[in-house]
Formats: sequence, C-alpha cells, structure tokens
Amino acid sequence: MTEEQPILVFKDVEKVYRGGNVAVEHVNLTIHKGDFVCLIGTSGSGKTTTMRMINRMLEPTGGEILYNGADIHKANPVELRRHIGYVIQNIGLMPHMTIYENITLVPKLLKWPEEKRREKAEELIKLVELPEDFLDRYPSELSGGQQQRIGVIRALAANQDLILMDEPFGALDPITRESLQELVKNLQEKLGKTVVFVTHDMDEALKLATQIVVMDGGHMIQNATPEELLRHPANQFVENLIGEDRLIQARADVTTVAQIMLKNPVSITPGRSLGDAIRLMRKRRVDTLLVTDDDGYLKGFIDIESLDNNYKRATSVSDIMNTRIFSVVSDTLLRDTVDRILKRGLKYVPVVNHQGQLQGIVTRAALVDMVYDTIWGDSDDETSEHHPDDAAIKENSNAAMAEKLTNPVGTKATDPDTSNDKEV
Amino acid sequence: MIDFLNAHGSELITKTWEQLYISALALILGVIVAIPLGILLTRFPKTAKVVIGIASMLQTVPSLALLALMIPLFGIGKFPAIVALFIYSLLPILRNTYIGMEDVDPVLKDSAKGMGMTTMQSIIQVEIPMATPVIMAGVRLSAVYVIAWATLASYIGAGGLGDLIFNGLNLFQPDLIIGGTIPVTILALLVDYLLGKLEKRLTPISERS
Repeated sequence: MTEEQPILVFKDVEKVYRGGNVAVEHVNLTIHKGDFVCLIGTSGSGKTTTMRMINRMLEPTGGEILYNGADIHKANPVELRRHIGYVIQNIGLMPHMTIYENITLVPKLLKWPEEKRREKAEELIKLVELPEDFLDRYPSELSGGQQQRIGVIRALAANQDLILMDEPFGALDPITRESLQELVKNLQEKLGKTVVFVTHDMDEALKLATQIVVMDGGHMIQNATPEELLRHPANQFVENLIGEDRLIQARADVTTVAQIMLKNPVSITPGRSLGDAIRLMRKRRVDTLLVTDDDGYLKGFIDIESLDNNYKRATSVSDIMNTRIFSVVSDTLLRDTVDRILKRGLKYVPVVNHQGQLQGIVTRAALVDMVYDTIWGDSDDETSEHHPDDAAIKENSNAAMAEKLTNPVGTKATDPDTSNDKEV
Repeated sequence: MIDFLNAHGSELITKTWEQLYISALALILGVIVAIPLGILLTRFPKTAKVVIGIASMLQTVPSLALLALMIPLFGIGKFPAIVALFIYSLLPILRNTYIGMEDVDPVLKDSAKGMGMTTMQSIIQVEIPMATPVIMAGVRLSAVYVIAWATLASYIGAGGLGDLIFNGLNLFQPDLIIGGTIPVTILALLVDYLLGKLEKRLTPISERS
C-alpha cells in the first residue's frame, strides 16, 4: 500500500477569491512518486494557483490535497514547505547570501549540522557541473543559467521528494533553457524525484513531462501522457495550445510508415525477361526493381549490378532475383522504422501489408522530409507539403514522387558496395 | 582663534559633549522605535498610511514650537529636549524603513516563504539585510537633523552648543556664535561620516555599490 500510495492527490480542489473570482475549481489530480507533471495553460488558467496550493502558499477554499496520504491543511505550513522543493521563475536566490548559504538555506532551517550542510552543498554543486569555488561567490557573479542551476539544486538540498517549479526557465535564453531542461530531467530521473512543473511552453512540457495537465479558465481540460495528448487532443483548445506545427512535427512519433511511403513503386513480376527489366529501369530512371508476383506479393528485388553481371546467363527476372529483402509493414510506426532504415544505410525500404503484398516504398528522401519537419516544423509551405495529410501534396505528388524515386535509387549505380546493405 | 579657545576651550568641550549626548539619545530612541514600527507597518498597509501621516504632521510642527510644547509636559532640561528631538527623528527613519522593506523584491519574499522560512526568519534573514541601505539612509538623515536641531534645545535649558550661540546673540559676540556653529557642523558631518561607515558594514557585501 505504501508503495502504491500516490505522493499527491487533489480531491475536487477549488480556489475562489473573495468577490467570487474563481481561480481554479474541480481539480482532481493524482500524482505518483517519480512522475514529472507539467501544468500547462495560458495566463490566468490557474496552473500556478494549482501549484502554489500544494505548499500552501495559497489556501484552497474547497476540496482537499493529500501529500503522502495526509491532508496538507492539517500540516504546519512552514514544516510542509521545508519538505517540498520550490523553484520559481525569477530564480529567487538571496543576493546577499553566498551560493553556499543559498544552497543550504533549507538544511539550515532544518538545523542540519554545518558539516553535513557543507557536504551536501559540495555534492550538489558537482551534480550540476559547476566548480566548487562557486560556493563562496554571490549570485550576482553568476550568469542567469548558472544561477538557475543553483536554484534547482537549492530545491534538492534537504532531500525533498517533491519539487515544485513555477516556469523556472521562462526568463532564460533558448540554449541555456535547453541545457537546464536536460539537467532537470536527468536529475529527476536519476534521483527519482517527483516534479510538478508549471509552464506555458508546450515544447518544454512535451520534452519533460510524463504527465501533462492542460488547464484553461481554472479547469483541467485534459490530463494525459505527452503521447496521448498529441494523438488525441481533448478539444480545439488543446489543439491550439499544442499548435499545428507541433502536431505536424509530433506526427513523426505517431506517423505510420504508410503515411509517408510512395505509393507507386516500380515493380516487375518474376516471369518477365531481363530485357523487359532493363527497359523498365531505363524508362523509369531507376536502378533497382522490386519483384512481386501477379497478386502483388513481394518476392525480392533485382538491381542493375546483378542484371549486368548475369545478362548473358539468365533469361528471366526470377533467375537473378535477390530474395533477401528487408521490408517493413505499412502500419508500423515510423519512429520505430527510421532508425532501422538509417542504420542499415538502405536507400529505400519496400513497404508491405500484413499479407506481404507490396504497398509502396519509403525512401531516404522521405525520411529527410520527416526529420526536416521535426527540426524546422515552423518553416515554409514546402515542408508541410511533404506531409501526407496535407492536401497540397496531392497536387505535387507526381513530380515529387518521380524525383524521390530516381534520386536515391539512382545514386545506387555508382556505389556497388552498398548493395549488400539491402540484404537481411 | 587661540584666544577664543583659551577663553572658551573647556566650555566648548562640555557643550559639544552635551550636544552629542542629547542627539545620540534622541536618535537611538528614534531607531529603537521607528525601525520595528516601520517593519511592523509593512504588514498592515492601511495602518501604515495613517501612522506615516501622523509622523509627517509632527515633522511640520516648527522645531522651536515643539520644544516649547514640551515644557508644560516635561518641564525644562535635557529630558524634554530629548523627547522633542526623538519625535523629529522618527519620520525619516520610519518612512525609509517602511519604503525599504516594501521595496524588497517580492520574488525574494516569495522564495523565502516558499522554502519554509517563518515570517520572522524572512524579515531578519532576508528583508532587513536587503533593506539596510535604505533604512540606514533614513538614520543618517535623522542624525544630521537631530544634531542641528539640538542647538535649539538650549532654549529650554538642555545645554549643548546652543548655549554658546544664544550667549553670543544676547551679548552680541559674533565669535561665540561662530564658535558654537562650527562644532555643530563638524559634529553633524562627522556623525554622518561614521554612520556611512556603519551603513557600509551592515550592508550585505553583494549589495554594496
């Protein structure tokens, strides 16, 4: 039971200000140990209010909050706060205290002996990869990013299990923010802490969270894992919050192979002659042909190299066909496939359905588009064209497809060594 | 100059001492009352306006009149003078303490509270150190005022360098007036300088400019 007990439970919590201003209501939330929960929403959505009720910086006007099974309303707020880490947006390091004094502020309040405090401070500063002599400096001597690193470890100094973070990286530049996000994520995983993290940045939430709580107008709109959120946004508001670009980008995670494959691969049946094969290659400007039987089942492939070598000896495609072919099933997730395709150095991979019938091919060029979208998701129309759901692709599909087909496959001819890569 | 010192040297020293004594007592009382009061007032913003208003009003009473008003209450001598000067010292210290404490970055207060400091710990460990430069500015201002105005205290029999000046006025001896004024100025400047040193020492290293 103790193992299973959630660290934090909100039961129909509400906060109504005098005059009837509702900050949050009907908040029901269960947070387990080790969870990384992001509260996300626009300003005034109640996300910060919700967070600040956890350490009683604000008192709920209704419902109850259980911390390790005990109603926090019955706890001494000062004691409670000393056991819950707290990181705020403006860092909040005490400018008149050294870094050492700042880090060990809570341990000192808890009356740890000096020796133990020093030890903890040294341990923590190593954890965030800052030199030990920083301990004797003042916060103003550190950069913003360094200061917030200290802010983060200050919240860990008294071995708090639960850490509250209120837009901690909002004021940092993107590069520093990213490194701090990684730091926090690593620390959280390594130390098994539970984090409640308030942000308005969906990228941040998607990157860090194991559980995302979307809030709007004081209500919880959706409480889901990042994947679920991307796959099934509860309503238009959540979709807007996620943003179209990110939904597109995120499809790298949820796209199936079928969605990005090219649907008209150049194929040939085994019974055809090599003459037919070479004519087809020339006509379609490709250097390999997939071999399927009359019902479309994928049997293997032939390439220009084997055709050239065996032209005199063999007559039909089936004689020189290479049957050791690697293929993927059309409804597998692309993200599971990308690595395999890239690692094998394959120029393209045939896609089959569950019965083994050829459906299309995935080229490296298509993967480039996918990766490009993921990195530059907010860029011009051209990138979104490559997305299969996008209507635009239908217009350009022929031209785009022809290029994609010939290009990656065409380079093959000059690079005979790679032909083995295709084999399983 | 030498003649003047020969004639009034020992008197000058006693009177300077009296001046210093009256001013210092008034100022110390002012600090003891006004700083805690100012801190307390930051927790009661509505009361603060009223109290600071009253203190401002007291400040506008002409100093000579205030001293005279002390006579029916406390008679004459050093005590009523100290009370009157104490009242004068209140406002600058009170107002600066209030402003200094109010101006402490709310982020720091939030941070202190959120980490589990009690209100008292937050005030002592965070807010007062941060507000020290502003509070000390008030104390220094008060000190200079009090030392200057203590001259008038001789009018109600408190002694001090005012005795020399008023004697000079009555006897029409300019050297007595000048001989009384210069030490007052020097005293004020010296005290201000020393308090400046103290301010620097009390201000957290990181906050020194």
